[in-house]
Amino acid sequence: MELHKLTVVELARMIHRGEIRPHEIIIDVFKRIQEVEGKVKAFITLTVEKAYNMAKDAENAVFSGKKSILTGIPIAVKDNICTKGIPTTCASKILYNFAPPYESTVTSRLMENKYILVGKTNMDEFAMGSSTENSGFHITRNPWDLERVPGGSSGGSAAAVSADECIAALGSDTGGSIRQPASFCGVVGLKPTYGRVSRFGLVAFASSLDQIGPITKCVADAALIMNVIGGYDPMDSTSAPIGVIDFTEYLGKDIKGLKIGIPKEYFIEGMDKEVEERINDAIKHLESLGCIPVEISLPHTEYAVATYYIIATSEASSNLARYDGVKYGLRVSGKDLLEMYMKTRSKGFGTEVKRRIMLGTYSLSAGYYEAYYKKALQVRTLIKRDFERAFEKVDFIVTPTAPTPAFKIGEKIDDPLQMYLSDIFTISVNLAGLPAISIPCGFNMKGLPIGLQIIGKPFDEAGILQLAYAYEQSTPWHKMKPTL
Amino acid sequence: MKITKEQVKHIALLSRLELDEGETEIYQEQLSRILEYVEKLNEVDTKDIEPTSHVIELNNVFREDEVKASISRDEALRNAPDYTDKFFRVPKIIE
Repeated sequence: MELHKLTVVELARMIHRGEIRPHEIIIDVFKRIQEVEGKVKAFITLTVEKAYNMAKDAENAVFSGKKSILTGIPIAVKDNICTKGIPTTCASKILYNFAPPYESTVTSRLMENKYILVGKTNMDEFAMGSSTENSGFHITRNPWDLERVPGGSSGGSAAAVSADECIAALGSDTGGSIRQPASFCGVVGLKPTYGRVSRFGLVAFASSLDQIGPITKCVADAALIMNVIGGYDPMDSTSAPIGVIDFTEYLGKDIKGLKIGIPKEYFIEGMDKEVEERINDAIKHLESLGCIPVEISLPHTEYAVATYYIIATSEASSNLARYDGVKYGLRVSGKDLLEMYMKTRSKGFGTEVKRRIMLGTYSLSAGYYEAYYKKALQVRTLIKRDFERAFEKVDFIVTPTAPTPAFKIGEKIDDPLQMYLSDIFTISVNLAGLPAISIPCGFNMKGLPIGLQIIGKPFDEAGILQLAYAYEQSTPWHKMKPTL
Repeated sequence: MKITKEQVKHIALLSRLELDEGETEIYQEQLSRILEYVEKLNEVDTKDIEPTSHVIELNNVFREDEVKASISRDEALRNAPDYTDKFFRVPKIIE
């Protein structure tokens, strides 16, 4: 049986009934990896030995009756989430040999549930990018078309889930880095409300925007993982003091009468025609399930990308100052300390990371701070208010996740601005700190997946999952698999 | 806004990055284009608008000053490129 093709829900049920053992699942997953990883290249590190040990622990938990839903489930983790003793590189040469001395909160919580770590997934270096082409090690290919990018920055996680190289994965999302690759790879990706999931152990890119979230084969799996990774963490002072709820209780609840806002600013000229059609079909479908579409306006949408690229790069320039060749990672020797810093950072960082560090440094530098950084923070307030006003009228906002399906490898790599614009529909959500999910909503003529984004009110992950589940369960898209 | 080559070099130094002439030119061109795009923000009237640096209300988080287990010195040093039994080692700073 092809266990690797199954979902968390399906495997958990089989383990519960005693039909399979975690050991058999992990054997099957690694067999699958052996078959397809050469084409997809979703991973930076495979943790084979560790995985078999974890499978043993999981089996013990099953036998002693101490299992949970995630016990024995093979999960891949993005390589910017710290795993104790296991290389955590952020796909950067500057951290090529870094093995964290501690475990992130999210993976600690997964460990308490006896999950199985499959490996650490590829990404754009330090999560800066939208295609995973900025990895310092290798590119990852889209399982639906190996000539195309998987999206980014969590492209390795999304590709691994799509190619059935794991059952589920964790990603991180600063400007769309969970949702956009989920959309490109035809899987589910949830970016939680800022503060819902602890960032302890997530290597910082832009601290006021970063969130960890699940990338899964179906909506129910995302709910199950949120149950485990969500909730207050004293180790993250920006973690919201809000208790966890069982998100799965909202799956299958009626969605009749829910108001879904359609922002007119998200249906822009130049948008891919097939994406527009699929999104309109999805809205009609939600309407047939009893939702009420309402046209809304988010007037500051056109300023989101500019705002984001000032704020995110400013925070990044500060966060990445720590890579100095002293405490961890790469060191390139120099005649004095300054030369050592300069050589280490120039050799260790890739071009996109350098570009962003310099843009951020510029925005924060004397004489430009007011004009750039402060201005961007003020526009951020306006963007946040747009959403607050919209949510007075509607329960959810529905948009395309990305303006196009997956683009070709190399297509945008030399044009940073074009690359930045591929995040145009996901960025505002991070600036406003809202939760949002991307779910598959069909394919274009070339057979590339298209994603529907559902944005919710702060801390209404339950509502988004409820709506997403109703859509998913009445459409065939999530059952489609790429041929590899 | 167009930035000069000198500005790129200055930012690179502040960022502790070493650029050769070719890189300086590429970054000058790319950063100028991005900054031109960002100029868009000047269309927005932000008079009297409070800046948002964080979406959730941030308050000081206090805890009792208790001694708790932490990572050992050995573990903290293990990832360093150069260290002694107790310290990170760096090039000489004071002449």
